[in-house]
Amino acid sequence: MARIIVITSGKGGVGKTTTAAALSMGLAQRGKRTVVIDFDVGLRNLDLIMGCERRVVYDFINVINGEANLNQALIRDKRCDSLYVLPASQTRDKDALSKEGVERVLGDLSDNYDFIVCDSPAGIEHGANMAMYFADDAIVVTNPEVSSVRDSDRMLGILSSRSKRAEESLEPIREYLLLTRYDPMRVANGEMLSVDDVQEILSLKLLGVVPESKAVLNASNAGIPVILDRESDAGQAYGDMVSRYLGDDVPHRFLHPEKKGLLSRIFKG
Amino acid sequence: MGLLDYFASSRPKGGNATLAKERLQILVAHDRVARDKPSYLPQLQQEILAVIRKYVEVDMDAVSVTYEQEESHEVLELNIILPESASTSGA
Repeated sequence: MARIIVITSGKGGVGKTTTAAALSMGLAQRGKRTVVIDFDVGLRNLDLIMGCERRVVYDFINVINGEANLNQALIRDKRCDSLYVLPASQTRDKDALSKEGVERVLGDLSDNYDFIVCDSPAGIEHGANMAMYFADDAIVVTNPEVSSVRDSDRMLGILSSRSKRAEESLEPIREYLLLTRYDPMRVANGEMLSVDDVQEILSLKLLGVVPESKAVLNASNAGIPVILDRESDAGQAYGDMVSRYLGDDVPHRFLHPEKKGLLSRIFKG
Repeated sequence: MGLLDYFASSRPKGGNATLAKERLQILVAHDRVARDKPSYLPQLQQEILAVIRKYVEVDMDAVSVTYEQEESHEVLELNIILPESASTSGA
């Protein structure tokens, strides 16, 4: 029985797909059988971030409509055997994402995987609702910025009222906060909301803080999930996030600006 | 960062993150109040008012509908202020 994790935010451009790619790769690297599904019908991008865009033949909607079976549509990751990608359809009408169809596909996957990661589209429309409806866990990706925090709070309301678990009065979805594009220097200067500020407003369990990093764009340029860049701060932060998700007690890093010596402060241009 | 900046950096910070936090706290509290109410509430208020107006002449703002959510139950409170002459007008 797989655990279903939705990566959601409400607001676009905060790092949902980057996070979905990193989380799924991280889980798979730890030996978990993992499938990551792109719910952004019409605007698929997960395949690009995962670097498998040229191997897409069939997609999620084909499987829902019975035009292909799951094994034909799933793309096995070339770097990690236990990771599969189910791409979104690029052309279809997003209403093709029926609740019954999504439930059937998730049910079929559930027998063969430990984790199903659902990469939600931005917004609170149909695709986003389908991505979160069947979730057991939700990772709410938030930037330390007013509109993103507000949208995350809105999304939390939707998770607690319109998901399957809410509608059937089951145990609620476990909700986690992932703060991304965090700039410790700007926080120290009082220019950016701190992790404590955001947590005070959203009251969520903090799963991780990913610093603003050049490594994220480099990784997306190359189609390599940033978690594989172990030298980078963002890659390490995502690695910590995966460990925390699996229950390890890992201290948070990258919350404060790097300490500089007096000499480097004086002489740095 | 030069020599002068090093000493300057010990001064109070000039950012406005606290402003962002204050705005968010107000906004989010407001959003949450609205979120917990059923979406049919405004329409319910309109229709109740229409029914009452069939019998009694009351103002638009004479009916207030409040909704509160408590631990295990919800309270829907209707408060209708009838004009003094209401009892004599007859149905």
